[in-house]
Amino acid sequence: MSHSITTIGVCGGGGTMGAGIAIVAARAGFKTISYDRSPDSLASARKQTSQFFDKSVERGKMKPELRDEALARLTITSDIAELGACDLVIEAVFEELGVKHALLKQLDEVCPDHTIYASNTSTLSITEIASGSKRPHNVVGMHFCLPAQLMKLVEMSAGILTSPETFKTAWALTEQLGQIPVETRDDPGFILNALLVPFNNDAIRAVEAGVAEAGDIDKAIKVGLGYKMGPLELIDLIGLDTQIRLCEAFYGVTLDPRASAPPLLRRMVAAGLTGRKSGRGFFNYGSNAMFGA
Amino acid sequence: MQENPTNSNPANTNPANTHSIPYAVLGTSRISFPDNDPFHASATLATEAEIMVYLGYPHLEDHSKRAILVELDTECLGELTGEHLGEEGSNILGFARYRNGTDDPSPLVELVKQKNSRPEAIAAAIALFEAAGLQVAVCNDHLGRIIDRLVRPKYNAALRFLDEGRATQKDLDLTCKLGLGYPDGPVERVVRGGLVHHYHITTVLFEGTGASGYAPARRAIVAAKRERN
Ligand SMILES: NC(=O)c1ccc[n+]([C@@H]2O[C@H](COP(=O)([O-])OP(=O)(O)OC[C@H]3O[C@@H](n4cnc5c(N)ncnc54)[C@H](O)[C@@H]3O)[C@@H](O)[C@H]2O)c1
Repeated sequence: MSHSITTIGVCGGGGTMGAGIAIVAARAGFKTISYDRSPDSLASARKQTSQFFDKSVERGKMKPELRDEALARLTITSDIAELGACDLVIEAVFEELGVKHALLKQLDEVCPDHTIYASNTSTLSITEIASGSKRPHNVVGMHFCLPAQLMKLVEMSAGILTSPETFKTAWALTEQLGQIPVETRDDPGFILNALLVPFNNDAIRAVEAGVAEAGDIDKAIKVGLGYKMGPLELIDLIGLDTQIRLCEAFYGVTLDPRASAPPLLRRMVAAGLTGRKSGRGFFNYGSNAMFGA
Repeated sequence: MQENPTNSNPANTNPANTHSIPYAVLGTSRISFPDNDPFHASATLATEAEIMVYLGYPHLEDHSKRAILVELDTECLGELTGEHLGEEGSNILGFARYRNGTDDPSPLVELVKQKNSRPEAIAAAIALFEAAGLQVAVCNDHLGRIIDRLVRPKYNAALRFLDEGRATQKDLDLTCKLGLGYPDGPVERVVRGGLVHHYHITTVLFEGTGASGYAPARRAIVAAKRERN
C-alpha cells in the first residue's frame, strides 16, 4: 500500500549534495530532517542554506514569508532515531558501499516498514546498495546533479528487487519536489556519468597524444558544439583526483577502455595539479581563484 | 598548461593585418563554404591572392604565398602533402569548418598543421578566418581532428544505450541537456546530422585507430546498409 509522503529525511545533510537536497525538499513544502554524523558540517550547511534562501529572496525568486516557512520546516540532527518520522530518506553519505550498508542497517532499525530509501550514489549499483537493507524492495536510485538546489535533473533507477510501487512513489515525489526525473537502469554511471566520464577521458587522451593544446580542444568543443564548458575546463572544476576515482569506479565494473584513467591524469594528480582547487590543472587559475570569479 | 581556459593558440595573439589579406578560393566546397557563403564574396583573383583556399580541389604548391589552405574531409593533411619521417610541414595547412552532417556549418574552423608548418602561415590562416567571423582551433594532423575524435565515441555510446534499453531517446537527450547544459542531446544530434554520415566518419576512425570506441554503432550500420540497398 502506498503511503503519502509528508516527511523527508536527508542523510549526509552536512555534505555538498545532502545540503542541496535538503534545500530542495524544504523549499517544496516537505517537513525535512537533515541528518549527518558531523554536527559541525550540519551547522555550516544550515548557515549556507539560510544564506541561499536570503539570496533567493533578494533576487525576487522567493517571497520572504516562504523563506521563513522553508527554514522552519528544515531541522538538523545528529541523532539517527529522528529519521523514524520519515516516509522517504535520501542518502547522500560518502560514496563507499560499506558506509551505505551500515547506514541502511541503522535505518532499518529506526524507520517504519513503509519508508522508502533513495540513494544519490553516482557510481555504485542500486541493487548492491539495497542488499544492505532488509527491505531491498524499498530502495531506489535518485541521482541529483551538483548543485542540487539549482539543477533540475534527477536520474531515477530501480534495483533488481525494487518494487514498482516504490519506484512510482519516488517518481511522483521527485516531480512534487519541482525536479525533472528521467528513467534509467541500474547500470554503471546511469546516463550522465556513463557518457561524461569516458568523454572527459578522451579529451585528456587528446592532450596526451598531442592532438591539440588544451585551450584549442575546449574552444573547438564550445564553438563547434555549443557546450557551455569545454571538457578540460570541466575536469579542472570536478577535480582531477575525483576524475581518477570516477574512472576507477567505472573501469572496475565495465572494463571499457575509455573509462580507464589516462596516464596523463595520474601524472598530473601525482604532481599536485588537481584542477581549480589547487590553482592549476589543464589551465592555470592563479593561487586562489574561485569558480565563476 | 595554459593561462586560462579561453585562450587558444599563441598565433591567435598576433594576427597579421586582419582584414586585408587578399585570398582566392578555388573549387567547390564539400563542407565548409557552400556556394552561397559570404566567404566567397570577398575573395579575389588567384594572381592577386596571398592566401590560396582550395575547396575540394587538388592544390598547387606555391612557396610565394603566405599560406595554402586545403579543405579536408575525413582525410589527413599528410595524404595531400606527403609525409617525411615526422619532419613534414610548409606553408600548406589543412582546414575544415566543423559541421554536424547536414546541419549548417558551425562558426568553428579546425586548422590542421604539421610539425614544421610555417608560423606565418598559421597566423595568416587564423587572421583570414577570424576576419570572416569564424573562430579557429589549431590541431595537429590526427584522424578526426578534435571534434570528431571526441564526439563520435560518445554518439556511439548513446546509440548503444538506446539499443540496450538503458533509457529512451527522449530521456537520454533530456539528461544531457539538463545535466550538462548541451544545446541538444547526443541521439537527436547524431540522427539529425545523419546516421550514414556518422557511419562513414566512424569507419575511417575505427580503421585508422583500431579503438573499439570508434566501431560504428549498430544503428549507423543499419542506416548505411539501408542506403546501399
Ligand atoms: N559531489 C557531486 O558532484 C555529486 C553529484 C551527484 C551525486 N553525488 C553522490 O552524493 C553522495 C555524497 O557526495 P558529496 O559530494 O555530497 O559528499 P560529501 O563528502 O560532501 O558529504 C558527505 C556527508 O556525509 C556525511 N556522512 C558520511 N557518512 C555518514 C554516515 N554514516 N552517517 C551520517 N552522515 C555521514 C559526512 O559527514 C558528510 O557531511 C555520494 O554518494 C556521491 O556519489 C555526488
